[in-house]
Amino acid sequence: MDAILAQLLNGLDKGGAYALIALGLTLVFGTLGVVNFAHGALFMLGAFCAVTFRQLITLETVVLDPEQLSPWGAPLEIRTPLAQSWFGDFGAVLVDYSVPLSILLAIPVMLLIGIAMERGIIKHFYKRPHAEQILVTFGLAIVLQEIVKAVFGPNPWSQPIPSSVRGAFDVGSLIGLAPGALTYPLWRLIYFLFSIGVIGAVFAFLRFTTFGMVVRAGMADRETVGILGINIDRRFTIMFGIAAVVAGLAGVMYTPLLPPTYSQGMDFLVLSFVVVVVGGMGSLPGAVTAGFLLGILQSFASMNEIKQIIPGIDQIIIYLIAVVILLVRPRGLMGRRGMMES
Amino acid sequence: MDIFRMPRRDLIVFVIFAAVVLAMPVWLQPLGAAYPALMQKLVISAVFAIGFNILFGLTGYLSFGHAAFLGVGSYTAVWSFKLFTMDAIPAIIFAVLVSGLFALAIGYLSLRRSGIYFSILTLAFAQMCYNLAYSVLTPITNGETSLQLTLRDPRLIDTALAPRPAGLPSAGLFGNELNGLEGFYFCAVVLLIAFFITQKIFSSPFGMMLRAIKSNQTRMNYTGFNTRPYTLTAFVISGMYAGLAGALFAITDPLAGTERMQWTASGEVVLMTILGGVGTLVGPVLGAWLIEYFENIFSAFNENVVHRFFSFLPAEIVDPVTAVASKFVGEGWHLTLGLLFVLVVVFLPGGIMEGVRRIGGLFNRRSPPTSSGAVRVQPAE
Repeated sequence: MDAILAQLLNGLDKGGAYALIALGLTLVFGTLGVVNFAHGALFMLGAFCAVTFRQLITLETVVLDPEQLSPWGAPLEIRTPLAQSWFGDFGAVLVDYSVPLSILLAIPVMLLIGIAMERGIIKHFYKRPHAEQILVTFGLAIVLQEIVKAVFGPNPWSQPIPSSVRGAFDVGSLIGLAPGALTYPLWRLIYFLFSIGVIGAVFAFLRFTTFGMVVRAGMADRETVGILGINIDRRFTIMFGIAAVVAGLAGVMYTPLLPPTYSQGMDFLVLSFVVVVVGGMGSLPGAVTAGFLLGILQSFASMNEIKQIIPGIDQIIIYLIAVVILLVRPRGLMGRRGMMES
Repeated sequence: MDIFRMPRRDLIVFVIFAAVVLAMPVWLQPLGAAYPALMQKLVISAVFAIGFNILFGLTGYLSFGHAAFLGVGSYTAVWSFKLFTMDAIPAIIFAVLVSGLFALAIGYLSLRRSGIYFSILTLAFAQMCYNLAYSVLTPITNGETSLQLTLRDPRLIDTALAPRPAGLPSAGLFGNELNGLEGFYFCAVVLLIAFFITQKIFSSPFGMMLRAIKSNQTRMNYTGFNTRPYTLTAFVISGMYAGLAGALFAITDPLAGTERMQWTASGEVVLMTILGGVGTLVGPVLGAWLIEYFENIFSAFNENVVHRFFSFLPAEIVDPVTAVASKFVGEGWHLTLGLLFVLVVVFLPGGIMEGVRRIGGLFNRRSPPTSSGAVRVQPAE
């Protein structure tokens, strides 16, 4: 029982990342009707926002002190992070919390990148066949990935978890198990809650604001909304920006769990596409459900007991489920009729 | 013989193509690419690309999993070397058959869906193959370290005919070793055969049927055609081409690694086909050559070469220009590739072949505008 619960928890953070990326993909697809293969690259860019933020905040001044000598006889270098010299102890806190704080950097940056991408290239592909949309965004993903590689190099950049949430959280004691029977890294729990929060925010935004209402109307019938005198294209552009922000935030918060590299976008993209298809093209709840479902199933499949029965299942479970679902339920779990079928 | 009878136009194309391929060592000399390893790669990629084009170009089904067949072909060929003989012909036959079987199974399931669902299904199957080859199937694929020849391989037929050689043997054809230039010519002949078959498919009623499926599958169904067998046949043929290419890779270098099955390899063949021109005969070959050639040339550049190239500029701006430009070559060659790819899809969806036709249209005003022959990428519907 404990083992099953532990695996359930283990799947949640990964599921959260899948759900966030898949949510953005579905948003873009539902509003603009564009299949965006560059969405994984946006996730990766978000992660590198965190890296950049940390680089900026840990800029140091180096002073050579001729009075003191280091062990090998050279003048001692005294390094002070700028943040610390400006803000004192508060600066040290800033450095410690660099990952969550970089959300502040990621939101405007990702919004800008998203809107620029949509206005620059994707705008011209609304009417083109899906195959060409896939191809151009695929090319775009390569470009973004290679730019990041040129700037940050090919090696992963590990990011620290803020020291106050570094430990493990005793989930077991909450539900009446013995203390220490079921613990869970605190940051993973935070990631899960964070992803729930972002998903909730997106849904609330679409549900309870006028802007969201117009966007939903546009998803249902773009032409009529346009005839009513609403500039639906501009709103859809902003939705693309929001989808980029969602992917970026997923990337920022994921950095302590997986040190970002330039190629991680593609790895997540392939999986997220599978998630979207399993959830059903164009269905936001479907994308979220499928994201968590596949994350959890993946962690179950990596249990030793299951691997002994079916060797290798942990490697292929997600694809296997996608194949089964597509063959049995062609529209995915919650797909709408007529989505991507014509 | 009857099957060799073909329209004059096709014959001319074939003869020119054969001349170009066989004369590669000559015309690649001034381009600095006339060494066997690169030429083999050029020719093999061309086989892969024209095979992919039979599926994507004719039927419009965009497969994102063709690398799986390439990998299967490679593994089968190396196993044929290990178990039976170092001869190339059995390796090719086994590789084509096995990858054809894989394509039959994967195609049978994937072709139940179309459009993006088909792309995702093929991608999922290919990733499954890759992940399995990497983990559980290690006894067969040797996982991360790649499948290689060893001195202890049985090689039943070879050892029965002749005593074991001292070192590791290399692949051969009826006792002649296929190294260097011989290897290239062997691959070139295979490419010509593959090209010939493709030409036949393009001009056959079967090819016509595939084009009809691409332009409007619903209408085909309404007229009473069951399109599934046709698309499945196209899928299997194109999988066999990929397996053939995999076998050729193994013949020129008896080594099969998992990276050949990764989805980036699938993406690369899509790129080649698009760049050259989807649905045209020669386009994919041109695309494959351009990408492989530039990959080889560009990735060998380093900062010094770029610096020398820009040395005609005023002294103040040489360094910044060099710094920027060197991001696009060497390690950063993929950046150039991605940009090129985006530009082609945006401005020239028909690839190089459409560009050639447009330029031709400028000179020859009397011919009708190019749109009639232009090939648009269409998803299968």
